Amino acid sequence: MARRYDTRTTIFSPEGRLYQVEYAMEAISLAGTCLGILANDGILLAAERRNTNKLLDEVFTSEKIYKLNDDMVCSVAGITSDANVLTNELRLIGQRYLYQYGESIPCEQLVSWLCDVKQAYTQYGGKRPFGVSILYMGWDKHYGYQLYQSDPSGNYSGWKATCIGNNSSAAISSLKQEYKEGEMTLKDAKSLAVKVLSKTLDMTKLTSEKVEMATLTRINNKTVINILTAKEVQELIADYEKSEAASEASKKEPSKVSA
Amino acid sequence: MECLLGIKFNNFVLIAADRTAANSIIVMKSDENKLYKLSNQLVMAVSGESGDTTQFAEYIAKNIQLYKMRNNYELSAKEASSFTRRILADALRSRTPYQVNLLLAGFDEKEGPQLYYMDYLASIAKVDYAAHGYGGYFSLSIMDRHYLKTMTPEQGYELLKKCVQEVHKRLIINLPNFKVQIVDKNGIRDLPDINSKSFE
Repeated sequence: MARRYDTRTTIFSPEGRLYQVEYAMEAISLAGTCLGILANDGILLAAERRNTNKLLDEVFTSEKIYKLNDDMVCSVAGITSDANVLTNELRLIGQRYLYQYGESIPCEQLVSWLCDVKQAYTQYGGKRPFGVSILYMGWDKHYGYQLYQSDPSGNYSGWKATCIGNNSSAAISSLKQEYKEGEMTLKDAKSLAVKVLSKTLDMTKLTSEKVEMATLTRINNKTVINILTAKEVQELIADYEKSEAASEASKKEPSKVSA
Repeated sequence: MECLLGIKFNNFVLIAADRTAANSIIVMKSDENKLYKLSNQLVMAVSGESGDTTQFAEYIAKNIQLYKMRNNYELSAKEASSFTRRILADALRSRTPYQVNLLLAGFDEKEGPQLYYMDYLASIAKVDYAAHGYGGYFSLSIMDRHYLKTMTPEQGYELLKKCVQEVHKRLIINLPNFKVQIVDKNGIRDLPDINSKSFE
C-alpha cells in the first residue's frame, strides 16, 4: 500500500501522511547528535563528530558547526551534502538581508526563510526533502540570545535546550531534568552539554575528537563566536569525569556506613 | 524649486517641507503635503518629479508597514534608511528610476533621534541638519551659524523660522508655506505651519 504514496513527496497517503518527509526525519535519527543549551550569559551548541578516521586530513576544523553571519551559528544533523546546500542558502539569506537593511538578520527571520525553502521541497513535484535538521544559535537586538530547531518538513520552534539526531529523545529528557530555568550560566551549560552527550552517545568514553562545541556570547555590544579547541573540550570532559568519579565515590560511602 | 529642511537635536528631530505644488511656471496649489509618515517614529520628506515623489513615498511606507506585520517589530531608523536607499539605488539602475530627493527623520529607543539625507542618485548621509533645493543655499548657512545640539523644541522651531524667513527674503521663487513636524520619543506631531503670518 505504502508504495503507491511514498515515491512522491507531494502526495498524501490515505492516512494523511507524507511518507517521504517521515523517511527524511528517520534519516536524521540515525545521524550524529547535536545539542544546544541557552544560558543567561550566552548560548552553546555541541555536536557529535562521526568521521574520526586517523587517516582523514584535517582540512576542516569543524565538521558540523557552521558560522552563518556575525550573529549566528548553526549545527546540522543528517545528510552532510544536503546540509551544505542549506548552510549555503542560510548564508545567502543572511547576506541578502544585510544588503537590504544594513544590519544582521534577526534570528527568527533567518530560520523562517530557510524553512520556507525546506517546506517547498515537501510540496513541489519531483524533489525529495532535505534530510537535515538544524539547530541555530544566535543573538539579535529584539529578543537577545535564541535557540531554534528546524526539521525536514519545514517546521521550526524555539527552545531553551534541545537535541537532534541519534538518541535525541533520551537527551531531551535528561536536559529537561537537569536544566535549571533562569539559573544557567554558560559554564553550567558547557558541563551539562558534556554530561548529556556522554550519556547519550553509545560509547564507553567520551573523547575530544568525538565532540565539537561552539559558544556565542556578547562582549562590549559585539557578538563573539568561539569554536572550542580540542584541548578545551578535553578539559571539560576531564572535569566531568572527575565529578562523576567523586559522586560515584560518595554513593558508595553511605552504603559502607549502613553496613 | 522645492525646499526640504531637517534639523536633529539631542532628543528630537524637526522636519519641514514647503507646501507648493508647481507645474512648469504655474503654482497649482499651496497646501500640498510633502511629509509622509512611514511608521510611528519615522517621517520622510520628499521632493522631485511630482508623480515619483508620491509613488516612492507610498511604496516605502507600505513596505515598512508590511515588515511590521510580518515580524511584529518595526524597522529601526537606520534599517529603514538602508532599505529606502537600496530601493532608490536599484530603481536608478533600472529603466524607471525615481527622481526624488528626500530627508528621513526618525527616532528609536536605542539610537535616539536620527536624520538622513538622500538624493535621487541614492547617496546617503547621516547628518545633524540638512536641506534640499535652492532654499538650502540660504538656510544651511543660517543653521551653521545658530545650530546647537542642546536646543529645546521651541528654540529649534525658531531656528527653522529663521531659515524660512531667509528663503522668503532672498529666493526668487515663491514658497509661502512650510509644513513642520517633530519626531521624538512620543512619536510624530504637527507643529504650526511657518508662513508670512508667523513673522508678524
